[in-house]
Amino acid sequence: MGLLSLAIWTPIVFGMVLLALGRDEHVKAVRALALMGAFIGLLLTLPLYSQFQQNTSAMQFVEKASWIPHFNVHYHLGLDGISFWFVPLTAFITVIVVIAGWQVIEQRVNQYMGAFLILSGLMIGVFSALDAMLFFVFFEATLIPMYLIIGIWGGPNKIYAAFKFFLYTLLGSLLMLVALVYLYNKSGGSFDLAAWHKLPLGMTAQTLLFFAFFAAFAVKVPMWPVHTWLPDVHVEAPTGGSAVLAAIMLKLGAYGFLRFSMPIAPDASREWAWLMIALSLIAVIYVGLVAMVQQDMKKLVAYSSVAHMGFVTLGFFIFNDLGVAGALVQMIAHGFVSGAMFLSIGVLYDRVHSREIASYGGVINTMPRFAAFALLFAMANCGLPGTAGFVGEWMVILGAVKYNFWIGLAAATALIFGAAYTLWMFKRVYLGEVANDDVKNLSDINAREFLMLSLLAAAVLYMGIFPKPFTDVMDVSVADLLKHVALSKLN
Amino acid sequence: MIDTLSWFVVYPEIILLVMACVIAIVDLGVSSPRRGLTYVLTLLTLAWVAIVTGSHALAGETVYGFGKMVVSEPMGNWLKCFAALALMATVVYGRPYAADRDMLRGGEFFTLGLTSLLGAFLMISGHHFLVLYMGLELMTLSSYAMVALRRDHANSTEAAMKYFVLGALASGFLLYGLSMIYGATGSLDVSEVFKAIASREVKHQVLVFGLVFVVAGLAFKIGAVPFHMWLPDVYHGAPTAVTLAIGAAPQLAAFAIMIRILVQGLLPLAIDWQQMLGVLAVGSLLVGNLAAVAQTNLKRMLAFSTIAQMGFLLLAMLAGVVGGDKLNAQSAYGAAMFYVITYVLTTLAVFGVIMLLAREGFESEEISDLAGLNQRSPLYAGVMAVGMFSLAGVPPLVGFYAKLSVIDALLSAQGNEYLYLALFAVMVSLVGAFYYLRVVKVMYFDPVPAHVPAAIDAGSDVRVVLTLNGALVLLLGLLPGGLMTLCSQSMGSVLKSLGT
Repeated sequence: MGLLSLAIWTPIVFGMVLLALGRDEHVKAVRALALMGAFIGLLLTLPLYSQFQQNTSAMQFVEKASWIPHFNVHYHLGLDGISFWFVPLTAFITVIVVIAGWQVIEQRVNQYMGAFLILSGLMIGVFSALDAMLFFVFFEATLIPMYLIIGIWGGPNKIYAAFKFFLYTLLGSLLMLVALVYLYNKSGGSFDLAAWHKLPLGMTAQTLLFFAFFAAFAVKVPMWPVHTWLPDVHVEAPTGGSAVLAAIMLKLGAYGFLRFSMPIAPDASREWAWLMIALSLIAVIYVGLVAMVQQDMKKLVAYSSVAHMGFVTLGFFIFNDLGVAGALVQMIAHGFVSGAMFLSIGVLYDRVHSREIASYGGVINTMPRFAAFALLFAMANCGLPGTAGFVGEWMVILGAVKYNFWIGLAAATALIFGAAYTLWMFKRVYLGEVANDDVKNLSDINAREFLMLSLLAAAVLYMGIFPKPFTDVMDVSVADLLKHVALSKLN
Repeated sequence: MIDTLSWFVVYPEIILLVMACVIAIVDLGVSSPRRGLTYVLTLLTLAWVAIVTGSHALAGETVYGFGKMVVSEPMGNWLKCFAALALMATVVYGRPYAADRDMLRGGEFFTLGLTSLLGAFLMISGHHFLVLYMGLELMTLSSYAMVALRRDHANSTEAAMKYFVLGALASGFLLYGLSMIYGATGSLDVSEVFKAIASREVKHQVLVFGLVFVVAGLAFKIGAVPFHMWLPDVYHGAPTAVTLAIGAAPQLAAFAIMIRILVQGLLPLAIDWQQMLGVLAVGSLLVGNLAAVAQTNLKRMLAFSTIAQMGFLLLAMLAGVVGGDKLNAQSAYGAAMFYVITYVLTTLAVFGVIMLLAREGFESEEISDLAGLNQRSPLYAGVMAVGMFSLAGVPPLVGFYAKLSVIDALLSAQGNEYLYLALFAVMVSLVGAFYYLRVVKVMYFDPVPAHVPAAIDAGSDVRVVLTLNGALVLLLGLLPGGLMTLCSQSMGSVLKSLGT
């Protein structure tokens, strides 16, 4: 069995075993098994890095087997420079999330852990799928565990959030499904992505396809104005759910732009790039302003996620190496940073059971070790050089300035707004005098939380100080993609 | 004497008929309140029939019998095999339910089930309008009686009356239409009718007039709008075991009779009936999905969901002939067959869970009766959730591939003439996703109400079959290729034998 298949199915099998056998009476065994499953999943992704060849844009670790002969659908997996880093990122975040839910989840622990493990395998499947139908199946299948996670372990308004998440995302995906079937018929009966990348298409077809894909991926990313589900869902989801949603699931949408929209409909992508850039800038600037007025910490970070993802889509549609590579780096960095932000909020929430900024104040006095981590993550969210958040944003701004000075300038304001809302939140929550009794009685982070936060801190710092491994992997593939997108399909 | 081949063709029907009579007589001597012996005999009969039809189907030959009045061919045999298996599951799930509600005073539940299956078999393998009609009547008459089995319950008798009156009317429509087609073409044999119409020497107006009545009669049977009014009331009023008995296996027979009459008999008129089916499909999708959103009773919701699912089935059926050529026919009708088979499988699982929960002396008919099922029994909540997601068409369950096949059938027509239908279909299935998700929400997100006992007791046969059922929905979702190819090949042989 190939390495990629192992990476996908191992967490899923562990998850199924947990669902089948776990009971709340054996909670300790359930948690141990879940951690083992997540950790093995992570270990399986390590040989992927050591065996990855960085000098080629061809697909690696390819596995291909016939799956549904009637529709010519293949179980076709592979990774290239663009999709590579998402696989270890997913596995890593899964381990973190299992550790995060260790004590706070006490009911139906096996289902919680099982859902996350299965979700992890499915998301790795999305990133490694090279067959469009396989991609779609994995893409949609992630909705089921996430829906259950939000609805079972979520906050007071969890049902509204769960339905909004599922139906909103499903709407876009269904339009994409029609596009996929159309392409299947147009290409003479193939779901192979590589074949679709080369398929000649007229401008009307490309435009319709571009917008069909846009419907699905824009909701997922999420882009303004279809972003409204994200704040609701983040607020209501349990900590682990928010972390996975922000760190990985949003990237599924952005990845879709790179794998589907741009290579299949390059002319339409170039023609509508102005719209994508405009929406991205609105996300960066307007949603950044919205983030500043939030009272709920999770909502603030949710809007901050929308703004960061605005950077990502901006980077894609300026069509230069720095932009796309910067956007990819930003996706990975945001995975670490937003995961860390949500987990930090989770640490506070586990103790005080409030997400309101007003409930806190002066946390640094009673939880100094935790505040140190929170400061690092806040700085990373701002885009401080030396942390992961800086590299991607800087590359995208450079690329944007190359494309058009004013767009670069507008994008750079993101740094200002990002600093504004993040630092202001940090100041109100952590700094100053101890504000109330809840804060006075806070206990500092225990060993488990310390482990989780230090793993993330290590990742954030490493990526900030030495981003070369990340960019080296993706250089050739990004160049190849841009070369492909620059060619017109119309003749 | 009747030749051996004819006996071969009706072998499953003979088994069913003989065993139905045997079981009816044996049951007179059975005294246990849960009819153990009758139950086991029924299951053995159905297993035998399933094996016979399955082996005929695997052999893949088309054999005619009784002067081409009946035919044994792959599509029919597979549908018969699955119908027998569906009735097995229905009987397994339904017996404890029926026993609790005093419906097993005699063995009629089993005997009528077998005769309705016999009628279904005749519908599936009939090649002559009268045989098809006879099968239809046998199946529906048995169904009317089954719906009324719970005779002390006003809901059930009312539902039976409605079903009977409207069903008789619809059968009348069908017969009237068939008689007009006979009048125009001069024959009741399906292939002869095909040849007569294809030769263009028949009066078109009479044919189309008859076609309208035929389509109306068929639409009633599958519950397409605007002939759907009986479905919610009958599904709701009938005892749940009977709802499953009329909602699972008979759908396969209804599909078969549609293929037999509309495709094998009237394919040259496809331009006409495809347009009719289009109207029916759009109406069914709209009414089914929108009305289901408003329901609080689970069985009514499932009835409206059936209407919507049948709308999808009709979409597949109408994409067969495009612009006069039949290139798309195999994939379209194969998609329809795959859709109906997976729909029946999922329906069995869903109703199985409902009946399981109805054990404790109350009807688990309201959606809110499922509250907190995940805490009471994660396994059955899982089976129900798998069924709901499959009906909603969410990957990786099998319902997604059914919807995908239908959308592919619509879009592979040349010139994108069905593109808007495909877009419409996906948009209403989004609406549909809501009410299926609502059931999942109630099971997983709502707390267990106070008065409900925590444990669910079920016989081991129900537990095993229900778990297998749910697992099959999931497994077919991971590996749908085999069933898809099977359906496609069956339709291939149907189309090859057109007009012969």
